[in-house]
Amino acid sequence: MLFQPINKNYHEFCIDRDPDLCINCKVCVRQCSYEAHYWDETRQKVMHDNTKCVGCHRCEALCPTSALNIRNKPSDFRTNNLWRPVFLQNIYKQADTGGVLLAGMGSPVDIPVYWDRMLLDASQVTNPSIDPLREPMELKTFLGAKPRKLDFSVNKKTGKAKLKTKLTPQLELDVPIMFAAMSFGAINFNLHRAMARAATETGTFYNTGEGGLHKSLYKYGDHTIVQVASGRFGVHRDYLKAGAAIEIKVGQGAKPGIGGHLPGEKINDKVSETRMVPIGSDAISPAPHHDIYSIEDLLQLIYALKEASEYKSPVSVKIAAVHNVAAIASGIARAGADIITIDGMRGGTGAAPAMIRDNVGIPIELALSQVDQRLRDEGIRNNVSVVAAGGIRCSGDVIKAIALGADAVYIGTATLIAVGCTICGRCYTGKCPWGIATNDTKLSKRQNPDIAAKKLANLIRAWGHEIEEMLGGMGLNSIESLRGNRDKLRGVGISDTELDILGIKHAGR
Amino acid sequence: MKRVYPDKEYCIGCHLCELACITAHSKSKDLIIAFREERLKDGLDSCKKVFEKGDTCVAISCRHCDEPSCVAACISGGLHKDPETGRTVYDRNKCVGCWSCLMACPYGAIKRHPTESKIIKCDLCEGREEGPACVQACPNGALKFEERD
Amino acid sequence: MKYVIIGNGIASIGAIEGIRKVDAENEILVIGAEDSPAYGRPLISYLLAGKIGPERLALRPQEFYEKSNVSLKLGTRVIAIDTKKKIVATDKGETLEYENLLIATGGIPFTPPIPGSDGADVYNFTNLAHAQTLISKAKEIKRAVVIGGGLIGLKAGESLFDRGVEVTILELSPRILSLAFDENAASLAGTRLEEVGLHVRCGVSAKEIQRDAEGSLKGVHLTDGDFLQCDVVVIAIGVVPNYDLAKKSGIGVDRGIKVDDHMRTTAEGVFAAGDVAQARDLLFREDRVIPIWTNAYNQGFCAGKNMAGRDITFTGSLAMNSISFYGLPTISVGTVNPPEDDDAYEVAAFLDEKKRSYRKLVFHNDHLVGYVLVGDIDMAGMYTAFVKFQMPVPEDAKKQILAGEPDVLMWPDDFFKDTWNPGVVEPD
Repeated sequence: MLFQPINKNYHEFCIDRDPDLCINCKVCVRQCSYEAHYWDETRQKVMHDNTKCVGCHRCEALCPTSALNIRNKPSDFRTNNLWRPVFLQNIYKQADTGGVLLAGMGSPVDIPVYWDRMLLDASQVTNPSIDPLREPMELKTFLGAKPRKLDFSVNKKTGKAKLKTKLTPQLELDVPIMFAAMSFGAINFNLHRAMARAATETGTFYNTGEGGLHKSLYKYGDHTIVQVASGRFGVHRDYLKAGAAIEIKVGQGAKPGIGGHLPGEKINDKVSETRMVPIGSDAISPAPHHDIYSIEDLLQLIYALKEASEYKSPVSVKIAAVHNVAAIASGIARAGADIITIDGMRGGTGAAPAMIRDNVGIPIELALSQVDQRLRDEGIRNNVSVVAAGGIRCSGDVIKAIALGADAVYIGTATLIAVGCTICGRCYTGKCPWGIATNDTKLSKRQNPDIAAKKLANLIRAWGHEIEEMLGGMGLNSIESLRGNRDKLRGVGISDTELDILGIKHAGR
Repeated sequence: MKRVYPDKEYCIGCHLCELACITAHSKSKDLIIAFREERLKDGLDSCKKVFEKGDTCVAISCRHCDEPSCVAACISGGLHKDPETGRTVYDRNKCVGCWSCLMACPYGAIKRHPTESKIIKCDLCEGREEGPACVQACPNGALKFEERD
Repeated sequence: MKYVIIGNGIASIGAIEGIRKVDAENEILVIGAEDSPAYGRPLISYLLAGKIGPERLALRPQEFYEKSNVSLKLGTRVIAIDTKKKIVATDKGETLEYENLLIATGGIPFTPPIPGSDGADVYNFTNLAHAQTLISKAKEIKRAVVIGGGLIGLKAGESLFDRGVEVTILELSPRILSLAFDENAASLAGTRLEEVGLHVRCGVSAKEIQRDAEGSLKGVHLTDGDFLQCDVVVIAIGVVPNYDLAKKSGIGVDRGIKVDDHMRTTAEGVFAAGDVAQARDLLFREDRVIPIWTNAYNQGFCAGKNMAGRDITFTGSLAMNSISFYGLPTISVGTVNPPEDDDAYEVAAFLDEKKRSYRKLVFHNDHLVGYVLVGDIDMAGMYTAFVKFQMPVPEDAKKQILAGEPDVLMWPDDFFKDTWNPGVVEPD
């Protein structure tokens, strides 16, 4: 196109507008925050600019006559297995801008998805399967350190037993699925309200992320996990006491080893008030916590937070899944954490350098099995609960994660998809047409918290039902019986090494 | 009575309510025909108005007031209050197009018909099984049809 | 009888609907001097013009009276009210008791003393009988002179013209529509009428109506010396409150029947509403007779509710007129010709003669108190909101109003929510 860099035409998407169906009603024009659709005064009709389309499908979803289809641009570069189009496009872009490639959402790169390479067992004849519609099925999960043994005292007069062992604080989940840490700022207040309401309604938890917690949401505190990250945004005594648990964020699966950067444009008055940073200023989370350089430092922070919450909240430590994840997890357990959250490399992000997102970290499946095994081997598995995160797509993934050793999972990307996200990956622009990764009031109101909360609660319930079905099929009536029960898993089409790391047999064995 | 309540906090200004309105009030009941043909030929127009100001927008239509100014102003008997349903009913055959109602309604909920000396006003999609079309079409729950008092 | 209403116009309809909001049972008696059921009085110009038939005149369907449990005594005049005994006497010799009485006798045409006006072919134009007479004569009439360039006069002229009559309208003041409109609006309306073929002459009036020896009407001598030949003269200078009945019954009157903020007259159990009443004005906070359709209904409605035992305060009359001249719509609401020497008023006017579009906005301090629209009237209601609800107009909103784009989003937030989306409290 005229007046544009040549490579502007190597765009990703094409907008197909069916002239028989398009009535020029401008709904698409009003919906597209990237201005890919526009009203052409001269032609007196709605036109579009394919180069601006990010493939979010908002226009297609709202087009009242189904006149729109968003397609990948069919144009091909010469086939080259090494120089795939994405590399060419990235190089063109960087040659123009000289900047780091930014990306949003989880890594799309083609690395094995082990969830798809694992299969579940089911009962036949012996140990018969259970119908969850007829029999009780227990999904209740407690997160927190479990005692090694229980001591009781007996009242001599009444003969009643009483628990002597003092239990550490626990999080009680009706379903082993929680809404993952997505900060207020990265996503907007309406979605925080929705997560808070849905978590309360379904008896689970949502995580504030590192952006603090707005005072008006304190009332959902019993279903809130408050996060403390390297930027310490919004962290104060009331905040630490407002949630049912505290999570120290050390790392994030999508961008291990680096910090975060919430651009000033996303810091509006409410975000500013909650994060305790000035309106419009960038909120930068450092890569490391400047007070943690060792397991001993971590221990200090864990206990500082326990102290701050008067030992009423369990403390979680979240790390990205990296090469030595098992050893790190062991250290975290020994440092006194009640919960360890491991975030795999496919976890989402509001913004990360694409190179880091796509090349750093390891898949959650491998990390999870190794952490669980290591903690068992060291005899400290009961000291901590393990929460898996990063690329959990369905209840099948949830149940496999639990069989691999997780106590519960976090869902982030799935949460956003439930409220409309199409993973277009442009979260970092602040122009999310679905009103998710944006604080622009014109866009954020596209998320009505009433509707969003309902959808999120529906998702949790639906997955809960499916988990019950699958558990019943395996002849189990409690999620507890599946935890770390790798005998219920078999691998398909993966190598001996992978099987070994996952701790499972190959299908057929 | 059940009324349509617009919520400006969540109105996204998509104008789908207007399209639903003209479809529901069209002869063809087909959006494409209604929008392309009936709108131009028969002056079909939506009973809704979408107002936008900065980031805020809202879709309004007749409130079916308990004591409507339009009925007070109507010189022809074309507008009256149905005591049974509570609706403010418009009888197009009686209307002479004097625009008194349009002047008197402080809610701006009455439009002139584009081609005839008649008005266009929300009838709550009377007779439509699913209730008002605008409410059904709103993608963001910003229009509610409910009983409040 | 629990409720008796004298008069069968729009105030009476308002009263019936007001009473029935509160009291669904007790019988209502309406006594009307005219023979026909309540009709839309402004519709007589549509009838005369041939735009509607007589079947479209009724304001409410026949079953309205049955459903509302109202008995009608039409063609009957009340000749006396005994406010002590609570009795009314009719010209049919009946006496009727009342508990609550509403006087809604409306207005009567004002006829100035013009020599020659007594006699055939001089008419008023305020009721159905006038219209019917003119219709029956229309074929014989070639030329008509209408005295009075106000709303009624212009509509009468327009309707006669539509019947094929050559019409000249006389207006004593320098322009037509001097009460409800300003110069620009009047000029646009006048131009439209002239364009269609009516003759409008301002600054002159009728000095004498000329008749021949048989008394047949020949024409009108004007104050400027001209003589206009014509077959009929329509006197449409205005209406005055029809309060003689009340006055001679000892009920307090001033320019109209005096009423308090509940539409009560000075006599116990007697209310008044409509063109006959002198009620509180919304903007001026003083009692005035504003013979306007909407006020009549609203006053009747308020009176009706109070007659039925409610305690309702009348919010105040607001002058408003909507009238079209051959497809050119005009609207005026509230104060449109503010006193020129009062600095608290600010007037903004936008005239586009080519497009026949005019917008005049009158502010008093930071409130919109009146407006005139010609041509482009679609946003009228939104302006009315600011006048009627007396919402202050902040500076930024003023710009938008001046630009002709008033809307509901300019309302104060709480008022907006109470109006449009009441009872919604977000849980967080």
